[in-house]
Amino acid sequence: MYVSVKGGETAIGHAHAWLAEARRGDTALPELSTAQIEQQLSLAVDRVMAEGACADRGLAALALKQARGDSTEAAFLLRAYRTTLPRFGYALPVDTGAMAIHRRISSTYKDLPGGQVLGPTFDYTHRLLDFALEAEGLPPPPPAAEAGEAAGRMPQVTAILAQEGLMAPDLASNAEPPDITREPLAFPADRALRLQAMARGDEGFLLSLGYSTQRGYGNAHPFVGEIRMGEVRLEIEPPELGFAIDIGDIMVTECQMVNQFAGTAEAPPQFTRGYGLVVGQNERKAMAMALVDRALRAPELGEAATAPAQSPEFVLYHCDNVESTGFVEHLKLPHYVDFQSELEKIRAVRARWFAERAP
Amino acid sequence: MTALAAMAQPLAGYNFGYLDEATKRMIRRALLKAVCIPGHQVPFGAREMPLPYGWGTGGIQVTSAVLGPADVLKVIDQGADDTTNAVSIRRFFSRVAGVATTESTAEASIIQTRHRIPETPLREGQILVYQVPMPEPLFKLEPRVAESTKLHALADYGLMQVKLYEDIARQGEVGTSYNHPVMVNHRYLMSPSPIPAFDNPKMHMNAGLQLFGAGREKRIYAVPPYTDVRSLDFEDHPFKPVRAPHACAICGSEESYLDEVITDDAGGRMHVCSDTDYCASRPPLEDVV
Repeated sequence: MYVSVKGGETAIGHAHAWLAEARRGDTALPELSTAQIEQQLSLAVDRVMAEGACADRGLAALALKQARGDSTEAAFLLRAYRTTLPRFGYALPVDTGAMAIHRRISSTYKDLPGGQVLGPTFDYTHRLLDFALEAEGLPPPPPAAEAGEAAGRMPQVTAILAQEGLMAPDLASNAEPPDITREPLAFPADRALRLQAMARGDEGFLLSLGYSTQRGYGNAHPFVGEIRMGEVRLEIEPPELGFAIDIGDIMVTECQMVNQFAGTAEAPPQFTRGYGLVVGQNERKAMAMALVDRALRAPELGEAATAPAQSPEFVLYHCDNVESTGFVEHLKLPHYVDFQSELEKIRAVRARWFAERAP
Repeated sequence: MTALAAMAQPLAGYNFGYLDEATKRMIRRALLKAVCIPGHQVPFGAREMPLPYGWGTGGIQVTSAVLGPADVLKVIDQGADDTTNAVSIRRFFSRVAGVATTESTAEASIIQTRHRIPETPLREGQILVYQVPMPEPLFKLEPRVAESTKLHALADYGLMQVKLYEDIARQGEVGTSYNHPVMVNHRYLMSPSPIPAFDNPKMHMNAGLQLFGAGREKRIYAVPPYTDVRSLDFEDHPFKPVRAPHACAICGSEESYLDEVITDDAGGRMHVCSDTDYCASRPPLEDVV
């Protein structure tokens, strides 16, 4: 009569087989290749790459395929893989001023050196479902007009402001950067650590937090100084060589927000920067990250920190979707031992409640 | 190969116990510090594991760091060896370490557990590894880690005493039935992990080594053998471990912790031991087939 409520090895095996079948879907249709995912779902690949903290489009595409398109699950797969890889060191600071530009816009100046480059953007598209895409075998689209091949360096808007002393400088540091993949978070968290955590944080979480600063929870007054997206060169300097070597290019999206700052007794009124940098093409996240970065600087700038987006513990402990999804979803694991103790507790408390009210 | 058969295959290309040796050394250092300061939470560089956070990644990393080829591993969840997550973790270690596994508490050298302490007392030399979701006992009262760290440094546990007092004032008894906080070695307030309060007394002066791993929160702590562990209470409201007032329907035990099992939709229920190994090691009642 004992009804078994406990699962077993056979059940797990069957569940995994069912998962594999569901992943493949209708076998009358051709199977998706990871190359197709990488090329044609490239923004999904970029998101997984950023949140999975592993700049490898092929692996991110594989993770997306294995995860049936679930981007959080795919980021988790990529993280679990990257953590097994040896860590050789860290790159030299990336020079985004020398970026091979695919897109570069400023909302603070109508025109500026290097010009505005719209690039491959959804901006200004009318969001009408394009039923032509339903048909397969469309001829390839004509190549986009050359964007005038932005030659050489494209100066950053914040640097232009800094020349006039209007932008508070962010001082370069030669300190060894923190590494949240090796050391647990500790507070106070410096800005490099905060940016590192947010760069692989959940896009949706940062989006909502950034949005909250615009609605009064954090007192933001932002302008998009500049958004740029393109390839940057990565260099490392192996100690045994003593000079930098180029190890390849990666695509990044950078956002620099320009924010008001009232000044203090020591510092003159000037603009301050909110900074966002994301691996791959992800403008929404870079912008949200820049808003939250600026919000998190409240204490150092002598501003009141009252909103969630201004609390480093709140933002950094909760922005990681691999951690968040694990703990939220663990609630579906068995808890019957704890629940049993709760049952006994509530029965005892109820018995006392009724006894006290008995006539 | 079927999915079931694939789960039984040894995993090629990974170090013994999955983690690389440098990571294991980092974890062992944290463990040594934790043993030296019983009940104190030691931050460690927890890694992403191939199982989700919240599903035992802290316990798995601790087990991986202390596991040797000659060890015999037992994994339980809710006291049972055959719950899905216990099966999954046991499989993981038999794949990545190839160690012998057992369901017997007495035969195991390392026992990884979620939510229970086995009924069979541990003996010297055995290690009990707890999976811990929230290592900070004060987190519901003080969610800011920077603040709760200060409270531990000052041994200021007034918040928790007041919370227990308020429970008693409102409802006549403390409100915690599991994860009831303990004082370790008269110094640190510690979360025993979400074990039922019934299990708390087993931690006191236990002959085994008790290790606690919280992967997502990146904390390790420990209770060395024969350490004083006292459940937080008041002189006039002493701590009371609670179990369902029934006997196990299979083995008849009136001492073990029981699961309540619903048998029909008309209020029918039965109680059975949560510790499956303990239950199976006792002679069954005659009327149970």
